[in-house]
Amino acid sequence: MTEAATSSQRLLVVSGGLSHERDVSLRSGRRVTGALRRHGLETEERDVGPDLVRALRDDPPSCVLPLLHGEAGEDGALREVLELVGVPYVGARPAACRLAFDKSVAKVVVAQAGLQTPASVALPAETFREVGAAIVMDTLVERLGLPLVVKPARGGSALGCSVVRARNELPAAMVGCFSYGPVALVEQFVAGAEVAVAVIEDGPSARTLPAVEIRPDSGIYDYMARYTAGATEFVVPAEVSDDAGAACAYAALTAHRALGLRDLSRSDLVVDADGTVWFLEVNVAPGMTETSLVPLAVEAAGLDLGTVCAGLVARAIARGAER
Amino acid sequence: MTATPPVPGTGPDGLSASAGPPGPPGPRTGHHTRFDAYVDRYATRTRGMTASEIRALFSVASRPEVVSLAGGMPSLSGLPLDAVAATVRDLVATRGATALQYGSGQGEPGLRQQICDVMAIEGVDGHPDDVVVTVGSQQGLDLVTRIFCDPGDVVVCEAPSYVGALGVFRAYECEVVHVEMDGQGLIPEALRQALARLAEIGRRVKFCYTVPTYHNPAGVTLTAARRAEVLAICADYDVLVIEDNPYGLLGFAGEPPRPLRADEGGRVVYLGSFSKTFAPGLRVGWVLAPHAVREKLVLAQESSTLCPPAFSQAVVSAYLADHDWRGQVKQFCELYRERRDAMLEALTEQLPTGARWTRPDGGFYVWLTLPAGLDAKAMLPRAVTARVAYVPGTAFYADGFGSRCLRLSYCHPTPERIREGVRRLAAVVERERELRETFGAGAGPPHLETGYESPTPDLT
Repeated sequence: MTEAATSSQRLLVVSGGLSHERDVSLRSGRRVTGALRRHGLETEERDVGPDLVRALRDDPPSCVLPLLHGEAGEDGALREVLELVGVPYVGARPAACRLAFDKSVAKVVVAQAGLQTPASVALPAETFREVGAAIVMDTLVERLGLPLVVKPARGGSALGCSVVRARNELPAAMVGCFSYGPVALVEQFVAGAEVAVAVIEDGPSARTLPAVEIRPDSGIYDYMARYTAGATEFVVPAEVSDDAGAACAYAALTAHRALGLRDLSRSDLVVDADGTVWFLEVNVAPGMTETSLVPLAVEAAGLDLGTVCAGLVARAIARGAER
Repeated sequence: MTATPPVPGTGPDGLSASAGPPGPPGPRTGHHTRFDAYVDRYATRTRGMTASEIRALFSVASRPEVVSLAGGMPSLSGLPLDAVAATVRDLVATRGATALQYGSGQGEPGLRQQICDVMAIEGVDGHPDDVVVTVGSQQGLDLVTRIFCDPGDVVVCEAPSYVGALGVFRAYECEVVHVEMDGQGLIPEALRQALARLAEIGRRVKFCYTVPTYHNPAGVTLTAARRAEVLAICADYDVLVIEDNPYGLLGFAGEPPRPLRADEGGRVVYLGSFSKTFAPGLRVGWVLAPHAVREKLVLAQESSTLCPPAFSQAVVSAYLADHDWRGQVKQFCELYRERRDAMLEALTEQLPTGARWTRPDGGFYVWLTLPAGLDAKAMLPRAVTARVAYVPGTAFYADGFGSRCLRLSYCHPTPERIREGVRRLAAVVERERELRETFGAGAGPPHLETGYESPTPDLT
């Protein structure tokens, strides 16, 4: 840890917002606020609204922790505002967020950095309408094969996400996806162990936390499986071979660096039967709820969530406001 | 949780969390957790008590940017709060020692008499001895189900039905059989067929639950002729009727419809509430039941809450005694009528052909059926993005039906906000229809699931 945050500091956790993940964000905000307070730091929680910028300007906090999930939180928009106002904050800068939040863009960047990522196509709803949905869907299945995963290119918590095992399931999956966002990512499904690896920079350099393996009872790590305590079994560290474990950590660090992320990120990966690690996506504001993966990994590393967050805050404050 | 050895993964810089010893060859053993130490201990009835995408979306609906046509909160803006405050102050000052004490399990006698006076307005002749005060009529429904239903028992409901009732029936592990409605309420012939079919297969129906007047969510009212038929059919099959009537006094034209209980005392258990006529925060409702049923309800009430809140009862009692509460209800009716008109006009102007909706004569809700091929639940994320919210129809069915329908409430938003909300909804429907057209008939709902998909009660 670089330097301890001091007691004269006042921190602001920003959570809520208007995205589909508002509820998740509020839960993340509550948990992090509690952890920081237990750590002895004065911490306030605030929703995003018309009064936010005024409050930031009139009474600037020492540091902001943006815990918004979904659009505006993870696409860098709020962080642009924080930079504009000149308040230090925890997390990646806006341009990096924009790259990371769009899964189709992030996949290209990490592939260039040498990681494996399932073949995919990103298509907006308009394209299907303009050139004919049936023929495009036929071609998708021919070129990518089955099963497929359909998900919004931008968004989290598996909202609008479905696994397609037969061609006739594809239209419903596309419609479900486009209800959540205008662009769909259609990706080859990779069977294997689902693993999440968090990267934190609470010291001189980035490091990984223990990999968390996700085993949803239903087989699908959807919204229900994510936020119903008990519905999913988590294994830390992931029960994969040492080589695969090392490869997961390497993948998470590589994604973090290639996308220019900062402070904290969580990469979602799959380890297939051959031990190959596939990159699916990375989160710049990973969930911090009672059933989220990063707090679990923090605990598994023998660390305290409040201490880790305070370390990130101290770094952000030392860095100062972005110019 | 005990600390486990960290992953021996290292980054290119050699820095990592790998402080632990190297693991054995092959897959390592990790620490297993489910975030819930009691996961294998819950009662069967908690099955389905899971996180839901739909409920999470309602969290956005509580924000002022969103026009919420989803909630069922009455508009209390018209209540004379200064006068209510004076009543409460006086109550505490003069009768505080009683009002803040435990009370009778059946409810305070004075209030039970006043409740009978309230019911008399609609033609129900009840005796205070047969009234049990409950924590909202919701608890009345819970107690009635508790004393009548074992797991697996059949309860007959309208299709759609009140979501809070379905929640109670699920909690007691009842099997719900829905019976079709049309613009005139429950269809008697459909009820007769359902009861006949159940009798044929030897299933005993414990009761028929109905909201005959200003239905939630359907917005329709059972006609007078059908009321007689429904009672006759239930008599034929010896089925008890649970009549839930929270909106009876909130009609927009003429006299309130005559409750089923007004014409049949022995077979009807009647549920009433002050939540819509006065204040839902007080949680005061009641059950009017035949004597033997009432005896059991009182015992069930005592084991549930010891007694319904004495203070809330005293406030309601004083309010009824000291204020022109009927004048206040008239004002509420005016307010809701104006809002209903705004909604119906906006729907007529904005919604595309193929959509249809009910025209309520009272109450809080319009039931809207989308053009063919559309799915209200699948459309909800798009609506939330467009800053408008509603409750998808599936929430009002125990069997996954209702996907093409949704409930719109006009009770809380102003007419201006209602018009704006409908304008947004119309655009959402249009976009969703384009999408469905693009992907064809195969793009039906991806899954049928039922669960906790209604908004929390404090949603506007």
